[in-house]
Amino acid sequence: MPCIEAHGLRKAFGTTIALDGIDLRVEEGRILGLIGRNGAGKTTALKAILGLTSYQGELKVLERDPWTERDQLMREVCFIADVAVLPRWLRVAHALDFVAGVHPRFDRAKAEGFLAKTTIKRTSKINELSKGMVTQLHLALVMAIDAKLLVLDEPTLGLDILYRKQFYDSLLNDYSDRGRTIVMTTHHPEEIQNVITDVMFIDRGRIVLDCSMEDFESKYLELMVRPEHVVAARALEPIHEREVFGRSILLFDRLDHDKAAALGDVRTPGIDDLFVALLGNPAGASQGVTA
Amino acid sequence: MNIQSNTMPESSFDGQSGAPAAVSAARLAYWSIRRELWENRSIYIAPLVVAGVALLAFLFTLSYLPANVRKLAALEATRQHTLLSIPYDASAIMIILVSVLVGLYYSLEALHSERRDRSILFWKSLPVSDLTTVLSKAIVPLIVMPLLAFAIIVALQLIMLLLSTVVLLSSGANAAAPWTQRPMFEMSLVLLYGLATLAVWYAPIYGWLLLVSAWAQRATLLWAVLPPLLISVGERLVFHTSYFGSMLKSRLFGGFAQAFVAKAHDSGAVLGESGNAAARRLTSDQLAQILNPIPDPVKFLSTPGVWIGLVVAAALLAGAVWLRRHREPM
Repeated sequence: MPCIEAHGLRKAFGTTIALDGIDLRVEEGRILGLIGRNGAGKTTALKAILGLTSYQGELKVLERDPWTERDQLMREVCFIADVAVLPRWLRVAHALDFVAGVHPRFDRAKAEGFLAKTTIKRTSKINELSKGMVTQLHLALVMAIDAKLLVLDEPTLGLDILYRKQFYDSLLNDYSDRGRTIVMTTHHPEEIQNVITDVMFIDRGRIVLDCSMEDFESKYLELMVRPEHVVAARALEPIHEREVFGRSILLFDRLDHDKAAALGDVRTPGIDDLFVALLGNPAGASQGVTA
Repeated sequence: MNIQSNTMPESSFDGQSGAPAAVSAARLAYWSIRRELWENRSIYIAPLVVAGVALLAFLFTLSYLPANVRKLAALEATRQHTLLSIPYDASAIMIILVSVLVGLYYSLEALHSERRDRSILFWKSLPVSDLTTVLSKAIVPLIVMPLLAFAIIVALQLIMLLLSTVVLLSSGANAAAPWTQRPMFEMSLVLLYGLATLAVWYAPIYGWLLLVSAWAQRATLLWAVLPPLLISVGERLVFHTSYFGSMLKSRLFGGFAQAFVAKAHDSGAVLGESGNAAARRLTSDQLAQILNPIPDPVKFLSTPGVWIGLVVAAALLAGAVWLRRHREPM
């Protein structure tokens, strides 16, 4: 049973098309990274999955229609839609009380355990906490819910490096070992490269790339070419070329590893490099449109 | 964040691997209402402050009480009753008034603030339906606040009564006067009836404000007040009638008249007299009327406006539920 399944998912805001009939299938237990620029449709896709926005086309999440069954769905789905959504007037202890009160799958002891590792005081109001602490609290609440699907929209926004690292470690150790499905978006794909099992690029409402990380690693290859082989390497039709410290780095889609190794140093490209290669062409729309 | 609870037995989750246990509707409503009280502390602070001020004012008048009670004995029974009741009823009216004002303000903010600060995305990430949320928010001005006002008023009046008794006893005046003139239990029932009918009568107003708060992007007060105002002005200009305006007026100020009967003897006496004495008599009698209302539930329940109001309120709340589902946060 797929955790999320969509056919021809479409959403338009007036004349702006946010989702242009996408097909999507996320199997149970996968960790999907959804990568795209601002306004590419990531957030709209997540909102549709979470029952926060209406849509055209077919969409099933855990075999439910998210738009008509949001409240039932939320017993099995957790999300952090945006880090800054915890109400400012809420006290930490009350946040725990409330979630424990309404959520059948919330493990309060576990949330307290997460919080014990932070400096967050139970009596504090959200607006007395730093941005990082608010995120820690929100994550503690969400991670203590035994959900089947976890949706994270920019989960580490506003966190310092140390905590970002801890967050992903914790995500892998505590959360992903029970066959749970995770869908997350980020503007720092390099951070999640070793966390995710699948990657999806989305651009202007369409899915541009959808592959598992195993496929990603076998399919794409980055070659730091030795200067004398640049011409030969270019003849192999790289999909992208850039220069770092005077050396050409070429990105290939399906190139024989041995063939490449003869021309320079071979490695797996970063997700961000592939993103730039596929979508970074100057013909692309200017950046800055928010989702 | 490497967690000890990692070692927690898996079986604790395996037990519920099928359909998750649902939380009962009552429990969802209970926590949703508590949530409202955390956010809007003015719900209980405002009436408590008024009660505190009333108590303070009463303490100042307490020193005159023995002398007043002696003077009272010379007056006729109704007048005695009225004068002794004034501090009790005035404080009750003030608490009700403030409580209603807070309720109106609350309703106008209830579905707006969560969109303004985007916290609606957090609330919607929890398994609480839009219907439960909106109903919980409607229950606050319809049930929670009237009950709270009732409890505060009764407590305040008991304190006032006990203080009076102590003062009167120590001064040797007739300590029974406040008790005989104010049957506490009976008055409390009248108060409860008054609060309940007021809430029912105001239900469409709360419903309208909740709808506006779910709909308007900004300037909720303007959106709440302007459309009804424009409709009544428009009706006057176009049709030279004022049905809508008088309906609004009756909805805002007519609840009391629907729920209680006036004492029959008052109106005749007022009409017959003239001059300054009549004016004083009028106010005093009207006061007596207001302060000694006789509940008339049969009249109230047979008023079509009550039932129409409830139907309209239900429709407005349904609209608010629909909007909460469809509106994006600002």
